[in-house]
Amino acid sequence: MDNLLSITTFIPAIAAAILALFLRGDDEAAQRNAKWVAMAATAMTFLVSLFILFGFDAGNTDFQFVEERTWIMGFTYKMGIDGISILFVMLTTFLMPIVIASCWTVNSRVKEYMIAFLLLETLMLGVFMALDLVLFYLFFEAGLIPMFLIIGIWGGANRIYASFKFFLYTFLGSVLMLVAMVGMYSAAGTTDIPSLMGFPFGTDTFSILGIHIMGGMQTLLWLAFFASFAVKMPMWPVHTWLPDAHVQAPTAGSVVLAAILLKMGGYGFLRFSLPMFPIGSEVMGSLVLWMSAIAIVYTSLVALVQEDMKKLIAYSSVAHMGFVTMGIFTFNQQGLDGAIFQMLSHGFISGALFLCVGVIYDRMHTRDIDAYGGLVNRMPAYALIFMFFTMANVGLPGTSGFVGEFLTLMAVFQVNTWVAAVATTGVIFSAAYALWLYRRVVMGDLIKESLKSITDMTARERWIFAPLVIMTLLLGVYPSLVTDIIGPSVAALVDQVETAQAAYMPSTASVASH
Amino acid sequence: MLSQDLNTILPEIILSLFAMGALLGAVYTVKDKAATLLVWITSGLFVALAFWIGTVGEEATTAFNGMFVDDAFSRFAKVTILLAAAAVLIMSQEYMAKRDLLRFEYPILIALSVVGMMMMVSAGDLMSLYMGLELQSLALYVVASLRRDSVKSTEAGLKYFVLGALSSGLLLYGASLTYGFAGTTSFAGIIDATSDGVSLGLLFGLVFMSAGFAFKVSAAPFHMWTPDVYEGSPTPVTAFFATAPKVAAMGLFARVMHDAFGNSVSDWQQIVAFLSVISMFLGAIAAIGQTDIKRLMAYSSIAHMGFALMGLASGTAFGVQAMLVYLAIYVAMNIGTFAFILSLQKDGVPVTNIASLNMYSKREPLKALAMLILLFSLAGVPPMLGFFGKFYVLQAAYDAGLAWLAVAGVVASVIGAFYYLRIVFFMYFGAEQDEQLDRSGSPILWGFLVASAAVMILGVINLFGIEPLAEAASLALVN
Repeated sequence: MDNLLSITTFIPAIAAAILALFLRGDDEAAQRNAKWVAMAATAMTFLVSLFILFGFDAGNTDFQFVEERTWIMGFTYKMGIDGISILFVMLTTFLMPIVIASCWTVNSRVKEYMIAFLLLETLMLGVFMALDLVLFYLFFEAGLIPMFLIIGIWGGANRIYASFKFFLYTFLGSVLMLVAMVGMYSAAGTTDIPSLMGFPFGTDTFSILGIHIMGGMQTLLWLAFFASFAVKMPMWPVHTWLPDAHVQAPTAGSVVLAAILLKMGGYGFLRFSLPMFPIGSEVMGSLVLWMSAIAIVYTSLVALVQEDMKKLIAYSSVAHMGFVTMGIFTFNQQGLDGAIFQMLSHGFISGALFLCVGVIYDRMHTRDIDAYGGLVNRMPAYALIFMFFTMANVGLPGTSGFVGEFLTLMAVFQVNTWVAAVATTGVIFSAAYALWLYRRVVMGDLIKESLKSITDMTARERWIFAPLVIMTLLLGVYPSLVTDIIGPSVAALVDQVETAQAAYMPSTASVASH
Repeated sequence: MLSQDLNTILPEIILSLFAMGALLGAVYTVKDKAATLLVWITSGLFVALAFWIGTVGEEATTAFNGMFVDDAFSRFAKVTILLAAAAVLIMSQEYMAKRDLLRFEYPILIALSVVGMMMMVSAGDLMSLYMGLELQSLALYVVASLRRDSVKSTEAGLKYFVLGALSSGLLLYGASLTYGFAGTTSFAGIIDATSDGVSLGLLFGLVFMSAGFAFKVSAAPFHMWTPDVYEGSPTPVTAFFATAPKVAAMGLFARVMHDAFGNSVSDWQQIVAFLSVISMFLGAIAAIGQTDIKRLMAYSSIAHMGFALMGLASGTAFGVQAMLVYLAIYVAMNIGTFAFILSLQKDGVPVTNIASLNMYSKREPLKALAMLILLFSLAGVPPMLGFFGKFYVLQAAYDAGLAWLAVAGVVASVIGAFYYLRIVFFMYFGAEQDEQLDRSGSPILWGFLVASAAVMILGVINLFGIEPLAEAASLALVN
């Protein structure tokens, strides 16, 4: 099938359209139908995406399953995947049925809720598959709409503020990218991503308002893309929308946000910033390394003092994304492998942690850490699962969390020892906040009156966690499952970046890496 | 010669004769009883003329010694104007009939103003320019105060008239300066006179004329009348103000800038870019505090005109193409939005307060969804069509070396997104209220709303093929 990617992408959208047009009423039966339609659609998407995975040739570093049609304004509708994007596609299709299953107990405006998630899945898949600049932007930006509604309609008490902040913050970041895209289209005359990857954007130093811009055009374009991806990632210091959005979003929304939407930033760096602006990346690279190191330490410390469980996990997400950006901007194979691995593993782990919070939030309707304590007495299964994912979050060897952190730290050690030293202290802090959270919530005696009647996880909840546990363990003990697929494409990317950077004036090379 | 000339302006003649005939007929016979029928006939005629103009005619012709130009540019603008006017007329019929506003003069005045607009976009001479502009404006001053017993409506009409007269004065002063220094009123003559640079006197004429045009397109800093007139006029009239006259005025602006001053792009580029950037920011910022949806749409239209002017500011054929595409999309969005606003009522009384939309999505999910799509389109969020309009003008500006204008534009669009989101907030996020809007809605408005929203989504596929038409139009104007 030559349009397998389009089929995968649009199955959820079609299901959403069916729900919107044909499902009437808001009674219990209609709600159940909406949930089952959504579940069937996401499961089907996952099954279809397995065909992509099995048909994918990891040794081939070109784009595969490519489909191309002419579109308006000289753009093309072009989809395709390579070793870098395929696992993000799989992550999305794998997690969405879990997300749908996790909102089985929602009972307000269920039809709209399901439609929002289905549309979001289509848009997220589109982001990872698009091979046209404008098509990418379309999916990237349109994803804000369903997420805005998910936070705003189904969110917590302060959802209005959080949803507006989420939308406007990310919108501002991405419109700057839009201007850069216009500039690239203007310079290269095409919006085709594979062609743009080889296009030599100008690198001559020039000055604007007396400021010398090293790397010239490339640096400016890089900065514009950075504005978008850094917000999306999110990187310190533009991460402040994330804790708000996470705290207010419903559980399923938090899972999607942490597990998939944040990965768009990292994917963007790999797909655009590195191959298209290698010089710009080099000029700004050391800055990103330091920003990542600061992010890891600073947000870990901030996480230590949080009173709200979701906020704590949100800050830990920012810290873990710091490892990703750090790995990407080392420009070497281990760093990039580690970054991608970290993103995938964080997708499973942070998603699972938000689900863990959701489990007790559903029972007690509070996320205050102080409101809990001693849960192990009444919820042994929950304590076990929460323990497992806490350890994975810390980066215990044997879980997937370890591999990503280790690879990125090893890579950055070769490039910049100081950054590596600072970042490694962050690992200790992460153990501190994660274990302390676990101790305060789960351990100890069950003394709070309100918790006396809390029940353990239901069968549905246990089943939701099963695939996540399996994936976390599997990737932890057998990481080549991932690195075999991404390896060749990453190697090609590293090669391309190195060639371009070596061809650039060697005198400036010292700025980025010393 | 004469028969050929008359042939060229046959659509305008037909429409004028129709308007006069309808006026006489209605005055002497049935008066207001025929108003509904007249609305349908007028809009039918608009659509027929749009089809005729859109399908007949390939090459550019001029009539009356270059006074009147019929080319791809004017045809594109005319089709947009006619279709927009037809849509607004049909939409307004029920609303006005219910409130005893549907007088037979209404469709006739609209028809006359449309003749003026068609004249404007076809003008090839300062005289015909002014003639078209005044015919349009005079008809609009009257419809603004159509609700004679309302203080706000009469105030709107008067305000519009006084400020409109002022701007016409500015324009005339500029035109007379231009005539004085160029020695001719025809655009072809002016462009010859400026082939080796613009003299200081001509530059003054250009500036004054630009000020007049800026008033007509309601670009900041000449926008003061817009919110008051939008708020005071009956809502169908507001819908009309927001669509067809904007296209006509932008068309005229582009026509004069390129046909008459095409040799001196660098002289007017800065002026237009300045108008563009402050319109975008003023429209975005001033709308934030508005509680009345009509006032909000007034500021929104100011911001949108800023974007359209960005296309014109680039001074290239592609810029004009971008402007035309932007205007076409803008008109399609506004028709849907005003169909929504027209359908808002409580106990039969029209409501324009944004807060009354509270939890609208619970009661009218599909209408709210359609409006949601339109709002995101107005904000320029993909995949809606509004985004492609913005992309077009950004690209035009960037290509013309106005990257700063493009950056300013996207920043303004983020600020502007806030107030569109605020409407979404009321429709979707609010709390249930006791006082609710009426559930009833006319099928016509409902149809326009849904059609407009569908256009915003389905347009992603190929922009309904307006690209090549806009390109041909821009090439006819700029060469």
